[in-house]
Amino acid sequence: MSIENKTEFILEMRGLCVDGYSNEGWMPILKGIDLTLRRGEILGLIGESGAGKSTLGAAAMGYVRDGTRFASGSVNFDGIELTIASEAKKNTLRGARIAYVAQSAAASFNPAHKLIDQHCEAPLQHRLRTKTAAQKDAIQLYEQLRLPNPKEIGFRYPHQVSGGQLQRAMTAMAMSCRPDLLIFDEPTTALDVTTQIDVLSAIRDIVRVYNTAAIYITHDLAVVAQMADRIKVLLRGKEIEEAPTRNMLLSPQEEYTKSLWAVRSFKSPSKPAPKEDEKPLVSLHNIHASYNKNDKIVDDVSFEIFKGMTVAVVGESGSGKSTIARVMTGLLPPDQGNVRRMDKRLPLHYKSRSREQLRQIQMIYQMADTALNPKIPVCEIIGRPAEFYSGLQGAELKGRVEELLELIELDPAEYYNRRPSELSGGQKQRIGIARALAADPEIIICDEITSALDQLVAEGILRLLDSLQRELNMTYMFITHDLATVRAIADFIVVMKDGKVIEKGTKEEVLSPPHHSYTELLLSSVPEMDPDWLSDLLKQRG
Amino acid sequence: MTIDVFVYFAALAFMLVLSVVKERRDLKIIWLFLLVGSILLLIFDKAYVVFTMITAAKVLAASMGAAFLFRLTLRHFVPADFVKEVVTLPLTAAFGLLVILITALTGIFAPWIAPFGEAEIVTSSFAPADQIHLMGSDQLGRDMFSRIVYGARNSVGLAFAATCLAFFVGASAGLMAAVKGGWFDQIAGRLADVIMSVPSLIFALLILSIFGTSIFVIILVAAAIYSPRVFRLARAVGRNTVVMEFIEAARLRGEGDWYLIRREILPNTTAPLIAELGLVFCYVFLLIAGLSFLGLGLQPPTADWGSMVRENAALISFGDVTPLIPASAIALLTISINFVVDWMLHRTSGLKE
Repeated sequence: MSIENKTEFILEMRGLCVDGYSNEGWMPILKGIDLTLRRGEILGLIGESGAGKSTLGAAAMGYVRDGTRFASGSVNFDGIELTIASEAKKNTLRGARIAYVAQSAAASFNPAHKLIDQHCEAPLQHRLRTKTAAQKDAIQLYEQLRLPNPKEIGFRYPHQVSGGQLQRAMTAMAMSCRPDLLIFDEPTTALDVTTQIDVLSAIRDIVRVYNTAAIYITHDLAVVAQMADRIKVLLRGKEIEEAPTRNMLLSPQEEYTKSLWAVRSFKSPSKPAPKEDEKPLVSLHNIHASYNKNDKIVDDVSFEIFKGMTVAVVGESGSGKSTIARVMTGLLPPDQGNVRRMDKRLPLHYKSRSREQLRQIQMIYQMADTALNPKIPVCEIIGRPAEFYSGLQGAELKGRVEELLELIELDPAEYYNRRPSELSGGQKQRIGIARALAADPEIIICDEITSALDQLVAEGILRLLDSLQRELNMTYMFITHDLATVRAIADFIVVMKDGKVIEKGTKEEVLSPPHHSYTELLLSSVPEMDPDWLSDLLKQRG
Repeated sequence: MTIDVFVYFAALAFMLVLSVVKERRDLKIIWLFLLVGSILLLIFDKAYVVFTMITAAKVLAASMGAAFLFRLTLRHFVPADFVKEVVTLPLTAAFGLLVILITALTGIFAPWIAPFGEAEIVTSSFAPADQIHLMGSDQLGRDMFSRIVYGARNSVGLAFAATCLAFFVGASAGLMAAVKGGWFDQIAGRLADVIMSVPSLIFALLILSIFGTSIFVIILVAAAIYSPRVFRLARAVGRNTVVMEFIEAARLRGEGDWYLIRREILPNTTAPLIAELGLVFCYVFLLIAGLSFLGLGLQPPTADWGSMVRENAALISFGDVTPLIPASAIALLTISINFVVDWMLHRTSGLKE
């Protein structure tokens, strides 16, 4: 195999296999991937977590993580064979001709240096520009990426700019040497929908302007539909199919792709409205809350939750929606206002609530990894609340745990003695649900429980919650920023912004026009599967 | 002796070739250095250095061989879950475990192993080693080997008791401080600061000269000196766990502090705490040996490794190795514990990756 071998493609992979080392020896992560990319083309890579998307993205730079290796196949970047190129050779390419934009810009920037200094590192390292020229160029890129105050923003530290701006600054940094190939690894996953739009359009424009080839890795189909010319679907290290974006969206060929496309179709049937004189199960009355006195997080929030209903609290990050949950559970006593159950006041602090009152409100967390004790087996995680509240012992307790495992659709025989590390993300979240159910609560607070999960898995969780609601007449308070989830499962919606309630009402009232202007902004920012959606929206907003 | 020299050079040459084949540049330099150095020493008529190195190599090889055999044997005596641990056990850790095991068995079965009593005068002072007195005798004519065996029971047992006490106090206060926070955390933390700010040996000397040198006072003093270390570690790792959401979930369930510590936090902090247990044991052991050496530890005629060094110290000036025997026992045990602790730390940090 010769090292120099030019083709029409900027990047060409043939039969690429990457192995990862685990307890059982070398196991394949990528199983023979073919990929071609021309200059100026954007390829979307989608698949659930563990499909090998990020490994493929890294392989495009000739990089394999520790504990993984190129097994066979080739990665040809503009005539250079990366699988056999020396580290020194690859170092001259990385940053200069191939650049990478990571998911979490906040974690990828060095917090101790100004943005522009980090921006200039690559051009200086590769001796492409002088410091002043690189700074001038940085300001130009900031302008092109529509960052506010492009002349001044580079001289701030990473913590002084917002998440969306940081992600754009990182894209600017990747563009600093005008690379031929850019790799985006889930660049907008951690952002709010409204910020996501700015970042998406900025990325799309700059890639077009400089005719850069790009690989866009994401698990969000609607996002990839806006960005990519072609889409490649991966599943467990294998390519399922690849087609131009429009063809892929209109007529997916494979079953797996169809199931991905169908994910957003789940909709819980609406429930009968509560009777006129029904008392709300839980109600919040004029809640004001803050972590320190000068900085109000929740400002005069009131709403009611009726038995058997799902109330969705929607808002961007920083809107105070999670703080509402902390007030309800008693973790954060409010400065003013009160929480009532059946019109009776609950003590504000959880320590002054009775065991019975604690049992009635249970919570499911966003990150199942930190919400389940990694050292305790499933049977005890679920069994403890049952033992604690209803005093079940021995065989009775075991029976209850098995019953709960069956409720969350996990086989008791197999999962009874497992530890959280031996479960997948979706299974962990199910255990979290079972732990809440084990207390036999009246209301379950779900704090962003699907946002860390793949769409297929998340849908499974939503369906489970919905069927449990029907079976047990359960009440949910759903905290989320994902309007697709809201559409799927909510009966009532509370829209929050900056700690205030902007709009509240039944799903029909809130989701059908006329909207409040902020609700309108939120709703219109949710990406749709139409590849023209972003362009149309930007045109509309002017 | 010529065979020894031949084997020595053959082994060095073999290792050199092996490291060249395996492309280990760091090892290659070491072996080359040893080989060339040994040849030069022979050429320049410094053969005794080479013989010393050969002896050291023999000791090293014997220890490694013992460790290797120990590891091979151990895998048949552990439950199935641990077989993998044992097979991947580094030789240093296996050696450490072997020494600890031998010391523990010696201490427990001391009266059956020792040929003479610990305070029994059986021969003349400073008698050289022979068939009956394997390590010779001390300044009063007591059998050195028997005293080393009894010393394993006394010194190690005392250090073990003090470590356990330090650990119990330090870990429970530390985890409690992590869970409770607030005033309890403040008071316990400041108290630990106060104890740590006093130099440990001076603190021990002061307390022992006030309250006398009984075993209980020694245990209490050693525990008091080292529990703040454990406290700080337990509080730090405990705090990392307390911020996790499963603790929040347990608190919202209404669980008490004791349950939180016992079932939720302790399982997540055992690894660093056990590693610390090993380290603290070494420190306590050395502190007690040091106190004995100064005459404030275990009182004669009780056999104790620290005081045995002092009692026979005069022999050093005559070129006799007798005082080095208890000293090397102390060194061997502390190094072995450190080997095991290193392995545990490595293992736990490896799991976090």
